[in-house]
Amino acid sequence: MLKLLWLIPALPLFSSIILILTQGKLSKNRVAFFGVGSVGLSALITISCAISFSLAPEGSVYSQTLWQWIDVVGLQPAVTLYLDGLSLVMALVVTCIGFLIHLYASGYMYPDKDYSRFFACMNLFLASMLILVLADNLLLLYMGWEGVGLCSYLLIGFWYQDPANGQAARKAFIITRVGDTAMAIGLFLIFRELGTLNIQEAMNEASRQWPLGSIYASLAALLLLAGAVGKSAQLPLQSWLPDAMAGPTPVSALIHAATMVTAGVYLIARTHELFLLAPDIQMLVAIVGTLTLLLAGFSALTQTDIKRILAYSTISQIGYMFLALGVGAWSAGIFHLVTHAFFKALLFLSAGSVILALHHKQDIHEMGGLYKRLPFIFCGFLIGSACLAALPFTSGFFSKEPILAQAWHQAPLLWLGGLVGAFLTALYSFRLIFIVFFGPVRTEPQPLHMPDRIKMRMSVSLLTLTALALFGGLFSLPLERVLPESDPHAPAGIETLNILLPLFGIYLAYHLFHRDPDRLQQLKSRPGSEKIRLFWLDGWGFDGLYDRLLRFPFLRLAHSLRNDFADALSHSTEKVSSYFHGLLSETQTGQVRWYASIMVAGILVLMGIGVLN
Amino acid sequence: MLSALILLLLISGALAWYTGQKNPQLCRWIATGSLGMLLLITLPFLPEALSSPIQSNTLNPGILNGPDHRMNWLAFQQIDWIPRFGISFLLALDGLSLLLVILTLVLGLVAVAASWNEITERVGFFYFNLLWSLAGVLGVFMALDLFLFFFFWEIMLVPMYFLIGIWGHENRRYAAIKFFIFTQASSLLMLISILALAFQHQQQMGVYSFNYFDLLGSGDHSLYGFWLMLGFFIAFVVKLPAFPLHTWLPDAHTQAPTGGSIILAGVLLKTGAYGLIRFLIPLFPGSLDYFAPYAMAIGVIGILYAAILAFTQTDLKRLIAYTSISHMGFVLLGVYAWNTLALQGAAMQMLTHGLSAAALFMIAGSIQHRIHTRDLDKMGGFWSSVPKIGCITLFFAMASLGMPGLGNFVGEFLVLIGSFQVNIPMTLIATLGLVAAAVYSLIIIQKAFHGPPNTDDITLDLNNLKDFDRREMAAMGVMIVGLIWMGLYPQPLLDTLSPVFSQLEAFVSLSATVDKAHWALHSISQQSPNELLPLEQLPPAPFPLQEASLHQVLPDRGQAVIGRLP
Repeated sequence: MLKLLWLIPALPLFSSIILILTQGKLSKNRVAFFGVGSVGLSALITISCAISFSLAPEGSVYSQTLWQWIDVVGLQPAVTLYLDGLSLVMALVVTCIGFLIHLYASGYMYPDKDYSRFFACMNLFLASMLILVLADNLLLLYMGWEGVGLCSYLLIGFWYQDPANGQAARKAFIITRVGDTAMAIGLFLIFRELGTLNIQEAMNEASRQWPLGSIYASLAALLLLAGAVGKSAQLPLQSWLPDAMAGPTPVSALIHAATMVTAGVYLIARTHELFLLAPDIQMLVAIVGTLTLLLAGFSALTQTDIKRILAYSTISQIGYMFLALGVGAWSAGIFHLVTHAFFKALLFLSAGSVILALHHKQDIHEMGGLYKRLPFIFCGFLIGSACLAALPFTSGFFSKEPILAQAWHQAPLLWLGGLVGAFLTALYSFRLIFIVFFGPVRTEPQPLHMPDRIKMRMSVSLLTLTALALFGGLFSLPLERVLPESDPHAPAGIETLNILLPLFGIYLAYHLFHRDPDRLQQLKSRPGSEKIRLFWLDGWGFDGLYDRLLRFPFLRLAHSLRNDFADALSHSTEKVSSYFHGLLSETQTGQVRWYASIMVAGILVLMGIGVLN
Repeated sequence: MLSALILLLLISGALAWYTGQKNPQLCRWIATGSLGMLLLITLPFLPEALSSPIQSNTLNPGILNGPDHRMNWLAFQQIDWIPRFGISFLLALDGLSLLLVILTLVLGLVAVAASWNEITERVGFFYFNLLWSLAGVLGVFMALDLFLFFFFWEIMLVPMYFLIGIWGHENRRYAAIKFFIFTQASSLLMLISILALAFQHQQQMGVYSFNYFDLLGSGDHSLYGFWLMLGFFIAFVVKLPAFPLHTWLPDAHTQAPTGGSIILAGVLLKTGAYGLIRFLIPLFPGSLDYFAPYAMAIGVIGILYAAILAFTQTDLKRLIAYTSISHMGFVLLGVYAWNTLALQGAAMQMLTHGLSAAALFMIAGSIQHRIHTRDLDKMGGFWSSVPKIGCITLFFAMASLGMPGLGNFVGEFLVLIGSFQVNIPMTLIATLGLVAAAVYSLIIIQKAFHGPPNTDDITLDLNNLKDFDRREMAAMGVMIVGLIWMGLYPQPLLDTLSPVFSQLEAFVSLSATVDKAHWALHSISQQSPNELLPLEQLPPAPFPLQEASLHQVLPDRGQAVIGRLP
């Protein structure tokens, strides 16, 4: 079964190529057949690969070389797929969640006229993402890495008629490209020092050649971290993700919540040997994660767009994953990645259903009282939020708990940050629940005009995700052989605090946003609070900062160079020669007298020279 | 054999002119047929190049100009031309030339396809100029006699001048004259250098020679050698073009008819890079030592400067022209990094940029043909009316921003990873070009295809825009398949190039070391360089050159020299 590994990325790729070549001439059912079917088949193959993999002797890995990509003096990246516990987990998440989201999207996008283009991009995305996680060398990984960036760009700007969407798409692409460029430099450095781009070989070489804390290890880790930070929307490159919500909601679910944005986490886990050699940088990962989860948590509190709340919560949850990697809770970080994929996909898709029912209204203050109108969606949303807030016995609890415990052991200050973040998470997610699903009905939901079997697909997808979100915490991931072990147990008091604080957050949300809204008004009327609210709403002013630091200076520079000053250089030769031309043409007056006198003067000069010589 | 290729193009060019007056359609087919036939003749060389006996690991000490150097070439033709001055009609084909010749022919076909409906006046003369210019390019890529090289260098220039000046757009005279002056003035400098090398050969050996193999490595480390080198360098970087000598290019590319832009961007620019690799550095191996950092800096400045300028352009063709300058900066960087990785990257970049830039110019031309403007500010929302053009433009925009999986990425990545081994600061700055490329590439898509339809211009009826027809799709399809192939499986091309580069590198490193030793010796003994042994009279050095072999090269004073070597 493992022989079919190559089909996992190839199937969505083929389907994407078919959809591109047919240019929207296929009927919507055909498109869905290719678009969703290919991913479903790919998910089935992944599952069967997982089964054969689990039957294989423990610790074995499987790699499949398709062809030699480049072979130039030592640089020998091949198109090789590499399957071990880590890449298997990632491939499972990508294909299975990807399939569910595709299934949902086949309903959600049904009314759109660009149905085929949508699935072409989605399939291309999945193919790139699978290449990213299955790559055995950094160059192939980079190919997937850029490929997902491209698809993210295409899908954020899917509704291209609105220039704002194009703006958001370009912002996402360019900001992540900054990180990617740093990562490319990291690749150059690794190749120069270690002589290979194969991940396993490079890691072995690094452990062999570089002592603990060596400057090369730190630099390489830092550059890879820069790439990860861009793709995973962490500080300081996080500002593109909230705007990326301009894309259709299934896109947000798949790319900007469940899979692509966690690529950075995967990259760090994949190259964890390097980070272990650079403890400072590993600590930096944890610090970046903690700061990001706090910043994003505060921002999520003030957002009014339902998707932007979820976007900030994604940034914040990926912050937890970075915190986990940074404090050495490697498996817990990946585990959180998996459970986050479950419940965040659920939340986004449920939000999509809300948006669809309310005719593309996204402002939570225009929603309200939906729990009776949309009970099924409410259930999904509630379960998703419970997981997000890491309430006991949900999947989010099982994954977040070990992260906080390990953080407590490694760096209590970061643990405190994580704890505050957990409180914020509960607060903002239940703020959303109370505002959207309780209180008075502000917009009456409309029934969907779609064939039943298409609505059915969306429901199946939501139900499966709900089940995964609830029980996903019970999975055990085959990561022992790949990532360093950590078995964190915090003292009972700390554990209790970890559990109680989110509950307190929910209580506070209930109090402020449902039972006693006057109290909220009082808080809001305090001096300065409006300023803070706007600051958080704006994502801590990062956009403005980058505008002033980078964008405007670049635009000014570009504008001042606009006329190509080098051209002025070549024109100056023209000016000089025409000046001399002017001087010489002065002599051509057309007057015989003038010519005669000049001739005489010339003769005199020549004679003078002759005499003097 | 090789001269027949060029002759065929010249004859069919004349034929096209002759028939064009009566039957324009026929001369289009003559052009297509002759280019297609040449392609059929040259393609069989590819498998031969792949199975070439000289692979990188079987280097012989004779390297380039040893007695059996003819073995190194896929095809070789030498006819005496002006024996008194040592000028011969010397054409040869190796992996590098072969790939560039094939690129030239493919893009020639694309240019014919692009001009099919666009050129309706003086059709015969148009195809005459097109084919003659291409013939000149083929000659440049195959000539190994410096005089002959210069001859072809000029042949490709004059017809291009007519192409721009006659069939160009609103400002064509200015652009054509600027193009002509820039290239003509710079190639005169090269002519001076070529003549000086021939005279130098006459002084040392008693006979004139313009033969590549006789002159290899003859540019020395002196100030005189530096000026000669600069003559070549300026001629080549004007063609490339590199900052600050690039300013003819935006005008020429913008004003040229689509077919002309395709040939200019796709092929003519590559002659500059080819000249650097084939002639400048092997003729002046010592120049790598002292000149490489400056040349790399010029390349890096060009990458960023042109990328920023591309971003600010509102004329679509001008924008693409600046992206070409930016991409050629990578080539310059790679050539002067001068290691296998970077050279392979530079060559790949030449080939892939040939395709991607040609395609972008063809797109720009077809948009102009449809809406009669190149102004990006007047475009917008084209995607819904011409999805094929949109999709294909997106593809080539992605290629030009270096999306992995497409050929341009392979080129840029190899250049950068190769130059990172040599010069880290330069590479870091050049890598910023990747971000800038994203900025300018996306602006094309945004302004032309995304956004709402532009309603300012009422003459523009978006619903009646015609999407690409079959002929255009065929041309685009060839280039798309080519770029994907070069992106995913470039190995056959790299294998074709590798014997060329390994020999050039080996030769250059050997003679650069000898040159350096020679020069160090000179500075020790404070003698004038004329009293030293000229390079050609030095005993052949065994390869690889080590300390011991330096003693053989310079037996008596070797010890002192080695102590002083940097």
